[in-house]
Amino acid sequence: MSYGPHTADDRDRMLAALGIGSVEALFEDIPAPMRSAGLELPPPMAELDLARRMSELAGRNRVDLASFLGAGVYRHYIPAAVDEILSRGEFYTAYTPYQPEISQGTLQTIYEYQSLIAELTRLGVVSASHYDGATATAEAALMAIRATGRDRILASRAIHRHYLDATRTYLDRGSLHLEELPTTVDGTTDLDALERALGDRQHPVAGVLLGQPNLFGLLEPMGAAAELAHAAGALFVAVVEPVSLAVLAAPGEYGADIAAGEGQPLGIAPQYGGPYLGLLASTEALMRQVPGRLVGETRDLDGRRAFVMTLRAREQDIRREKAASNICTNQALCALAATVYLATIGPHGLRDVAAMGAARARELEGALAAAGAARVHGAAYLNEFAIRVPDAERVHARLLEQDVLAGLPLGRWYPDDDTLRDALLVCATEVTTSEEIARFAAALREVLR
Amino acid sequence: MSHGPGGVSLVEASLAGAATAVEEARPGPAGRAAVGATLQPTLAELSRPGRGGGKVPHPPKDALDGIPADARRVSPLALPELNEPEVVRHLVNLSHLNYSVDTGFYPLGSCTMKYNPKVNEWAARLAGFAGLHPLAPDALAQGTLELMHELQGALAEIGGMHAVTLQPAAGAQGELTGILMIRAYHRARGDTERSQVIVPDSSHGTNPATASMAGYETLTVRSASDGGVDLEALRSALGPRTAAVMLTNPSTLGLFERRIEALLEVVHDAGALAYMDGANMNAVLGRFRPGDAGFDVMHFNLHKTFSTPHGGGGPGAGPVACVERLAPYLPGPLVIRDPDGRYRLERSDERPTAIGRVRAYQGNVGVLVRAYAYIRAHGGTGLREVSADAVLAANYLRERVGTAYELPYGGPCKHEFVASARNLRAASGVRTLDVAKRLIDHGFHPPTIYFPLIVEEGLLIEPTETETLETLDAFAEAMLAIAREAHDDPQRVLAAPTTAPVRRLDEASAARRPELRWRPMVGRETPCPT
Repeated sequence: MSYGPHTADDRDRMLAALGIGSVEALFEDIPAPMRSAGLELPPPMAELDLARRMSELAGRNRVDLASFLGAGVYRHYIPAAVDEILSRGEFYTAYTPYQPEISQGTLQTIYEYQSLIAELTRLGVVSASHYDGATATAEAALMAIRATGRDRILASRAIHRHYLDATRTYLDRGSLHLEELPTTVDGTTDLDALERALGDRQHPVAGVLLGQPNLFGLLEPMGAAAELAHAAGALFVAVVEPVSLAVLAAPGEYGADIAAGEGQPLGIAPQYGGPYLGLLASTEALMRQVPGRLVGETRDLDGRRAFVMTLRAREQDIRREKAASNICTNQALCALAATVYLATIGPHGLRDVAAMGAARARELEGALAAAGAARVHGAAYLNEFAIRVPDAERVHARLLEQDVLAGLPLGRWYPDDDTLRDALLVCATEVTTSEEIARFAAALREVLR
Repeated sequence: MSHGPGGVSLVEASLAGAATAVEEARPGPAGRAAVGATLQPTLAELSRPGRGGGKVPHPPKDALDGIPADARRVSPLALPELNEPEVVRHLVNLSHLNYSVDTGFYPLGSCTMKYNPKVNEWAARLAGFAGLHPLAPDALAQGTLELMHELQGALAEIGGMHAVTLQPAAGAQGELTGILMIRAYHRARGDTERSQVIVPDSSHGTNPATASMAGYETLTVRSASDGGVDLEALRSALGPRTAAVMLTNPSTLGLFERRIEALLEVVHDAGALAYMDGANMNAVLGRFRPGDAGFDVMHFNLHKTFSTPHGGGGPGAGPVACVERLAPYLPGPLVIRDPDGRYRLERSDERPTAIGRVRAYQGNVGVLVRAYAYIRAHGGTGLREVSADAVLAANYLRERVGTAYELPYGGPCKHEFVASARNLRAASGVRTLDVAKRLIDHGFHPPTIYFPLIVEEGLLIEPTETETLETLDAFAEAMLAIAREAHDDPQRVLAAPTTAPVRRLDEASAARRPELRWRPMVGRETPCPT
């Protein structure tokens, strides 16, 4: 199948206009020894056959289990209007809005997105999007380094492992340092260790990163950590989950300078890893350190309100090697998904989503405890927590046979931590049903017997 | 097939009415306006306390009792309160203010704005693909893993490379991945003094920005008068401190790098590696494989070459392909097919030489699904036809536009070409920016302008292979008409656009006093309706 419209006659007319007999003449500038005769790929497919092939592959995945797997990506109800708007060609087949006069749709929705995330985080400057939670976290660390002129980042080990891995990759240039902060027995970041690390006057800290909730689902002492960071002249970065901000303190409320996070819970399907939405927000003091696109309000020649990409001197196409980041293509359509989601679900709906997840998680905790699996940690949680089971990998595999996806065995991400070797990280959201919880608990009771 | 792409859901049917609420558009000289005309209020301005709700059930009253007081939000959650019909109408009306590939010709050079096939959109939304959790055990993900494995192989074949990672989220992230792999390679050989990356002055801004992000110093080398990289300039910039040279081929001028053999030879003679920015692969699909030519590592832009939609700025995907000696450094996990035919993600202990992750999970997989569908639809022969038609269309348009605009470089071009309005500016005062804005009044999206930076008054025009000859001719006519207008009635061109919903914007004061959100934060918390 081809999407090209040219008939043989069209091609002949173009070739005639160029005074050549064959299109091959246009490729004679490729040195002969490197010219390729063709590609060893399967033959073309008609749309019907392609649709069959895609259905067959999709059907080979299994998405029908009772799933308690979160660990950074959460199943939520997505109002039908979200995909309806995302399916509009005017949005999804447009390019980056470099010509603002004919891109006001994209520009205004990005501005609305920035406003919505500013309200959620209570931070005034919101980037138009980053790739995902991991790269938003890495960019936040780099922002702190640029803003303070220091080279050392402290990050809680209870931040998502992939975020820490990506941040380590982004900071791996020899001159920058990333240190992990330990957690205490209750599962939250060890503030004494933070204070000690900040106390090293020989090596001042640029930024302190904590997750809220942290990877174990637990609520961190964000206000106290922010105070310690600020007292040492460091910036405080909150790695947040956006739905939780409907009920948990906003980063701007506890003094965070930067908030980073994964926007997937705001109306974006899991899709085996992306495309997602890297959230990045900061105080206005850091506005010129923000990487990526920003949209601002302005006027046209006739005084009409309009929107335009602004503060462009931070970006790679203008500043080249002096840019704040190399980011160009971002996740604009995912930011639109978040905008439609927040606009349709509304403030009360978002609080209901967060609170219903908490209620389901408490129900889950009770059912699993009754089945013989108690929580690992003592700190308060919102909708995700770790349970202790003997031989977690085996239990996880046995439950899978029962069509229960029993979260994430934490030993995979913390192989050296004895306290997590026998832990499963499980979550619930508003889509989790009591029936699924009962199935999980019954299967677990069976496996543990 | 029980749920074909032709199936219209009730939701779609019920929304069709909203979509027909077309604004009064102001037609341009070509008789059609580029986009709709009615500006919209913001969501905040539309908000009325008490509207909305009903999407999810209410939780029990004690749902949050386990949350300590000091962890709770104190600020009101001042999000807009709207009913679904208002939200939908607002966004549909906003969509009308956008120019898009689905509504018109988008000859944006360097961006490959080709048609985005609808079956690919349908496929990516299948529940089996869309609903799969990224940490799902391999046994639950066999369909997506097979697709990814096949796509890794197809991209390796297209690039003439040994191995592929699908993880990078965009071209720029692919560049960073490739440069970090090059550094890991040098380090592993104990070659630690290489601190520079060389880029040509015609390169994309992401290339030098990537080098900086990876901690390298950027050296910029000039282009020769024929548009290619100046071999002598490159030779004198190269040395024992050079880690990598980043080249775009075909170049950002739309020209195949004729001295590519000599260029790559001097790069390798200096002990440096050659990175290829694959943004322009649409020109050479099935005709030139970077790996065959001696490039060591490259990225693909799936949202350009392989037709995945640009989404108003993203998401894209920037898979990286490399030769065998760099494969140990590809970020994990790769997708592996075991001897028993099962697919799985590579374990982190299988390839300890890998550079770290560049993002979470496996990549922008929804984008990979679309690109896979595109590659399978075309097959090897179809992809070769794509490059033929893209290059033919560009050369045809170049011939036509060249009758009124300067063509600073000789032909043939590849998938795009540079024209210049330098002569027009000298004769009439009309600049490239004005030509671009006037194209809007003629119903077209402007080409990329003032890029590459080395071309005075440059217009980078890329028609792609999916536009009809009639469209190419209409665009050429518009370009020629604007050149005539510039001479006959320059004020008309300088005032453009006049048929768009807004005229030219005051970008300077937007940057001087940034207004980046609703201010003050609006809305106020109202009691929960129940």
